[in-house]
Amino acid sequence: MTALTPLPSPNPLTEPYWQAAHQRQLKLPRCEACTKFHFYPRSACPHCGCRNLSWHAVSGNGEVYSYTVVYRAPSKSFAPEVPYVVAVVALDEGPHLMTRLTQIAPDDVRIGLRVTVDFRRMDDETTLPLFRRAGWSL
Amino acid sequence: MKPLSETVAIVGIGESKVGKVPEKSTLQLQSDAAYAALDDAGLTMQDIDGLITTPIRTEPWNMPCGVVASFLGVQPAYLSTLDLAGASGCAMIHHAAMAVASGQCNTVLCVAGQNLLTNKTRASAVQTMAESGAAHAQFETPYGPLVASNYALIAQRHMYEYGTTAAQMAEVAVTIRGHALLNPNAHMTKPITVQEVLDSPMITSPLKRFDCALVSDGAAAAIVTRADRARDLKQKPVRLLGQGYGLSHSYVGEAPRLTHSGAVESGRKAFAMAGVTHADIDVAQLYDCFTITVIVELEDLGFCKKGEGGAFVQGGRIALGGELPVTTHGGLLSACHPGLGGGFFHVLEGVRQLRGQAQGRQVKDAKLALVHGNGGTIAIHSTLILAA
Ligand SMILES: [Zn+2]
Repeated sequence: MTALTPLPSPNPLTEPYWQAAHQRQLKLPRCEACTKFHFYPRSACPHCGCRNLSWHAVSGNGEVYSYTVVYRAPSKSFAPEVPYVVAVVALDEGPHLMTRLTQIAPDDVRIGLRVTVDFRRMDDETTLPLFRRAGWSL
Repeated sequence: MKPLSETVAIVGIGESKVGKVPEKSTLQLQSDAAYAALDDAGLTMQDIDGLITTPIRTEPWNMPCGVVASFLGVQPAYLSTLDLAGASGCAMIHHAAMAVASGQCNTVLCVAGQNLLTNKTRASAVQTMAESGAAHAQFETPYGPLVASNYALIAQRHMYEYGTTAAQMAEVAVTIRGHALLNPNAHMTKPITVQEVLDSPMITSPLKRFDCALVSDGAAAAIVTRADRARDLKQKPVRLLGQGYGLSHSYVGEAPRLTHSGAVESGRKAFAMAGVTHADIDVAQLYDCFTITVIVELEDLGFCKKGEGGAFVQGGRIALGGELPVTTHGGLLSACHPGLGGGFFHVLEGVRQLRGQAQGRQVKDAKLALVHGNGGTIAIHSTLILAA
């Protein structure tokens, strides 16, 4: 597969996410008061307002909340990959995130499909979380 | 402070030529729109003491309101660059109204637009928009979504939850194209059919080419002044009866629900402030960046129940002559989409309808117009209710 670009530039707020991903782990911020996860990262829990947050691993399991098959790439760097599936996954822990579905034909994608996290190493510093059908591995 | 409906009025509107206008720069387009609005009102540039504009993407401008004011020779007592993405058009009117009502200035020129099509190819405009922050730079952009992909995610979920169909979305495009054909200053000039929309190239499923907004050159301007002053000017003043903002998320990936938007809140506030009901609205200028946007707005603004937007747009109900004529100038889908300024044309059309000056597309006896702007991915909303 060709490289996905542009790659993310982590900052102090998001560094734990990208460091974990590079270790092939999905970690999300969790509130110490109400114990709920949230994403994207914030300064305070969006559920209860508590500012005592820490990063914890999640199961990496979830389901397709919505998806789109992209036929016309936004830029040249994505053009070799069309058609590709951009999805919003609802994690079992609650938060949603945007991702790419991999190892699945666009026609086989459905809302509600069970998926699990996978990782694609992009270079020495960056690994992108992707999702594939649960229980499937090529 | 007295209500805005008694203290301020919209007294002038103007548009540049729209579509492909290679003979004009962005400043010339904005200037054309501004002078057209002044002529319309019977004012001169010397009467303007406030200026509001939006950022542009075709040239690097350090302080857009300063660049535009200086170019037009305005010495503002109030000036501001405002960016609520697609909701900027409605928000400019509200900010102008507040500036006048507070006594900061007397007469505000709001102007926005750019040469998006001429300055870029359609392809590079699409890339610019995809990389302009609609998607989260770290958590979304690396996966390659178009701006249209973000809306496709909404459309797909809407279809799943409510059975909305591609043909219903196509109906929005066809209806709004029909309206554009009655607008002499519209980018698109040929009719389309539902079948042609369905047969147009798939861009990002389920959205096809004709489900998506145009890329155009063009600019729009409006003038807001004190109500007591408005009475002596050329046009019938248009009052701001109600207004509301709503925000549900900033990015698609973090939205708790993709089928429900901040338009619920912006609409509720605007109706409450105006003291009118949905049945009172004669014409609705709804933001139409994609066909699905109109369906979600009709639901969230309360013109139909959640999930019934697909059925609502069928059978000519949102066409001229229908129950609720929507986006009667042809919108972003068929009249003009020059980026951030796109939603401002909807405000102008609302004013035109209330003055009875919409010619071949006039809604008979239009007394109340709702204008709605949507920015981000159904994220930030600004609703206006205007009265003749
Ligand atoms: Zn909490």
